Amino acid sequence: MKGFWHDAAEFFPILMNGVALTIVVTIGSLLLSTVLGLIWAMMRVSGIRALSMISASLINVIRGIPIIVLLFYLYFVMPDLGVTLSALQAAILGLGIAYSAYQAENFRAGIEAIDKGQIEAAQSIGMGWWLTMRRVVLPQAVRIVLPPYGNVMIMMLKDSSQASTITVAELALQGKLIASSTFKNTNVFTLVALMYLTMSIPLILLVRHFEKRAGKK
Amino acid sequence: MIELSDVHKSFGQNEVLKGITASVEKGEVVCIVGPSGSGKSTILRCINGLESYDRGEISIEGLKVDRDTPSIVNIRTQVSMVFQRFNLFPHRTALENVIEGPLYVKKEPRAQALERGRALLAQVGLAEKADAHPPQLSGGQQQRVAIARALAMQPKAILFDEPTSALDPELVGDVLGVMRKLADDGMTMVVVTHEMGFARDVADRVLFIDGGVIVEQGPAKALLNQPQHPRTQDFLRRVLHPL
Repeated sequence: MKGFWHDAAEFFPILMNGVALTIVVTIGSLLLSTVLGLIWAMMRVSGIRALSMISASLINVIRGIPIIVLLFYLYFVMPDLGVTLSALQAAILGLGIAYSAYQAENFRAGIEAIDKGQIEAAQSIGMGWWLTMRRVVLPQAVRIVLPPYGNVMIMMLKDSSQASTITVAELALQGKLIASSTFKNTNVFTLVALMYLTMSIPLILLVRHFEKRAGKK
Repeated sequence: MIELSDVHKSFGQNEVLKGITASVEKGEVVCIVGPSGSGKSTILRCINGLESYDRGEISIEGLKVDRDTPSIVNIRTQVSMVFQRFNLFPHRTALENVIEGPLYVKKEPRAQALERGRALLAQVGLAEKADAHPPQLSGGQQQRVAIARALAMQPKAILFDEPTSALDPELVGDVLGVMRKLADDGMTMVVVTHEMGFARDVADRVLFIDGGVIVEQGPAKALLNQPQHPRTQDFLRRVLHPL
């Protein structure tokens, strides 16, 4: 145990560099997946057949490709097509696109859970599609959508470790580098696990708060 | 003001409106009565374009109702609707529900919308409930807020779709009272209802609908007191003397 604390003190600063990148990747891809997910969901419920079909097939394509393959594609294949991305850019883009499919399905479920009478009431006072969405549907859907959204945040925090496969030196990769140069596998990976857990706990509490609020109504 | 001519409407194989021709004059109160499933609500929903119709024509002050053209928004701001289940926006207060249309559809200045919103809530007897959210209000109060919300659009007519059917019996009177006052003030109203007392006392005309056609129509008192058609007679007997 004494050895663990000693190693922890030594490796902690290096691992914190990894934590910083983990947070950048998580927040970046979270924002991107939210924006893309909203766009896919809006296309899906637009009532315009072409848009809805494009969105549905896009979501299925994204869902059907493993995140790691998406990352390899962006980082290793795109340069052949003349688009060179930094590892960090590719990681945020890849995770953002991958998770946009889940976000979209979550948003769509929230939007479709709103009572049809609400939409008719909005229409009956002359609101068009966009105004109905913005003033009536989305504010009510947010309550429904937030708890699963929080879960996606936790999953994205953990899946940001996949960025290590394309050389982003985030927490998991930093841990691996230290472990392979010091052979202190147990201590290093225990520390890495504890650091992920520490970052997850506030998110877990946040989800619980969202769930309580959604249940209250 | 509202003209329907030979309006047909089917849901799949089921033809619910089989050629409805009727008109509502400015300032007139018309009640639509009839058994459930007869197409009463569908007529209202077609008039403000919540539902499309297959054949015939509906027009409001000469403007054709067509839910596939942008002009439908224009029509809906002129013809408001009050729903059976109120359909208030639960995430907004009573006052916010009322000013939503004026503020965001008609783009009225906020101060003006607020002032008128408060006056309308006072008019329906709910001045002190301005800041309450719909779930905190009784059914009758919610429906009166919904009427205020409809009035806030300064419509030329209001369509009422069974406005008291979802209410506890002791709350029906409050809502009917507000509607009677509107009628007295000269509002053009089309009311689908099972409240025969209201129809007799307040309506100018009554349409009796059964099986998607207008079976009988006429001045309210005459039609409800001395119905001519056997189906009207049968319906009224069962509504007025259910035992």
